[in-house]
Amino acid sequence: MSQSLTKNRNIELIGFAILAVLLVVVLPLSLDIFRLNLIGKYLTYAFVAVGLVACWGYTGILSLGQGVFFGLGGYCMAMFLKLEASSVANTKIQSTPGIPDFMDWNQLTELPFFWVPFKSLPLALIAVILVPSLAAFILGVAMFKRRVGGVYFAIITQALAAVLTILIIGRQGYTGGINGITDLRTLLGWDIRTDHAKYILYFVCCAALFGSMFLVRFVLASKLGRILVAVRDTEERVRFSGYDVANFKVFVFCLASAIAAIGGAMFTLQVGFMSPSFVGIVPSIEMVIFCAVGGRQSIIGAVVGTLLVNWGKTLFSESFPELWLFFMGGLFIAVVLLFPRGLAGLVTDQLLPWIGRLSGGRRQVAAAGSAPAPAPAE
Amino acid sequence: MFMGYSLGEIGSIFAMQAFAGLILFSVFVLMALGLAIIFGQMGVINMAHGEFMILGAYMTFLTSHLFQTYAPQAFAGYFFVAMLVAFVASGAIGLAVEWLLIKRLYKRPLDTLLATWGLSLIMQQAFRSIFGAREVGVQLPDWMMGSLQVTDTIEVQINGLFVMTLTLMITAVVALLLFRSRWGLQVRAVVANRVMADAAGIDTRRIDRLTFGLGCGIAGIAGSAFTMIGSTSPTAGQAYIVDTFLVVVFGGAQSLLGTIASAFTISQSQSTLEFFLTGSMAKVTTLLIVIGLLMLRPQGLFVLKVRK
Repeated sequence: MSQSLTKNRNIELIGFAILAVLLVVVLPLSLDIFRLNLIGKYLTYAFVAVGLVACWGYTGILSLGQGVFFGLGGYCMAMFLKLEASSVANTKIQSTPGIPDFMDWNQLTELPFFWVPFKSLPLALIAVILVPSLAAFILGVAMFKRRVGGVYFAIITQALAAVLTILIIGRQGYTGGINGITDLRTLLGWDIRTDHAKYILYFVCCAALFGSMFLVRFVLASKLGRILVAVRDTEERVRFSGYDVANFKVFVFCLASAIAAIGGAMFTLQVGFMSPSFVGIVPSIEMVIFCAVGGRQSIIGAVVGTLLVNWGKTLFSESFPELWLFFMGGLFIAVVLLFPRGLAGLVTDQLLPWIGRLSGGRRQVAAAGSAPAPAPAE
Repeated sequence: MFMGYSLGEIGSIFAMQAFAGLILFSVFVLMALGLAIIFGQMGVINMAHGEFMILGAYMTFLTSHLFQTYAPQAFAGYFFVAMLVAFVASGAIGLAVEWLLIKRLYKRPLDTLLATWGLSLIMQQAFRSIFGAREVGVQLPDWMMGSLQVTDTIEVQINGLFVMTLTLMITAVVALLLFRSRWGLQVRAVVANRVMADAAGIDTRRIDRLTFGLGCGIAGIAGSAFTMIGSTSPTAGQAYIVDTFLVVVFGGAQSLLGTIASAFTISQSQSTLEFFLTGSMAKVTTLLIVIGLLMLRPQGLFVLKVRK
């Protein structure tokens, strides 16, 4: 396996390069800023998908609640931006100036204590990573130490997504309710709503995404990554070999959650608001399908899958809104039944050998042909 | 919070809340029964279970319309026909789904979650295209309307009582089937040890298919009952699905008694808390308590000793 990994490394690097050129050069040059901003929004979901590759594709932990972490990251960012937008000068007309408008509408007269740290950007940025990681850590320790896994874990994470959505909607005065936190304007005085700012944020998002992709790649290619795969395939054997399986699972779950949270923060910056509709059950499970379409064991595949499904969604819901759900449902079923390894599997199993045969290079055929084809994660 | 209420009034409030909780309990049990026997037998969580229920609800709606148009004199009894129609429709589609989809995924339970979620999206859109996106309600026959006056301050709705009776009967039938029929014997054998059951000559594939069909059929009946107390819309099934999953997981997957006990606990705590807190906080608190309890007892309330 290690040999085929090093041989595949070249192919993977080529993939990274193609994706980088596409995202950083081709798309910004060929699309107007509205469409590019849309791509930027899709890329924030790709963070979640990349995290899922580590968590689900490699370790076999299916989380149906990644929207929780995406949302927590996004809300942490939105709370900072909202506080900056509701300075005393901007909110003179309120009965209590200096607090966000929705709090004023809900008769709150002072800032709740958990909003106070979000007055400072460094603290807010730390919270973007720390709050979701901590949540994932607590959940992970509680679940994996008790050896709760598989379907049970999936259902519980899904219930958590429901809980957080209900909580956000129900506690309107503290969270902005179903409308979410809207009307975000500036980041340290820099207006994030201008076209220029959107360009810059798009490139920041790309950079963060590639950073996350390399981080996940680094983890998965390391010795730690091997153990994760072993945990997925035969958990008992790893445990009997003397490893504490729960610790590895907690680690990878926290990693996936932290990356999802960065995506959430980038979402808030680029889209200009955050609302519970990106937290709940439906967005969470959609993010899993983005990952599955691209290939649950391929980092590049996850990003490409996210872009394609979202592009399809925009295309379909603009022209045939009726058909979209049929298409999406069919996609879920087809990917699971027919292409468990997603688009990446098609590329490595079909396309590369075909190219290899065309160019007559035996070496490439061997490299692609011996690609690891593990059974789909349980 | 109890200022200004007399002791008798507090008692009545609790009795009424408990009754509301019992109606919720009935819906939970009806939905969870089908899900639980499928999960217990095959380890498959059917994410489209809510949609099978809504299918039953729409079938009831159609039957009531047919009766109103063609046989208004027999309208009082339409509900029993509707239940049968709902059972057959949901069960038949369940059988087809098992044959086309589920049986190919038995080795990959997590993938079944995703595939059945896809199925639920397709069914929702199909309902929306056929019946429209608006909620539809069923007209109740006269004898189901109104309420019984138990004391001056306590009254119970007849349709609620009817749904409860129905739940009791269906639970009894499922229990009879599981513990007295040949199918039930085979199901219990497969749950205990699939490989040995297979070796002993039980056609496990056939049992799987029957169980899935029966589970979906019960969901259809649940949908029929659901029309008595709520209105039907294409996405109504999703509102209950998370609670139902938790009921099944919390009850212990292979235990009928566990499912009933956990449905009772969850529904009663939710409706009692609703009186003290707002509706959303009651739901959040209940879900968090259940998740907390699951951490303490990952196998659920009632554990069937199974040798793997």
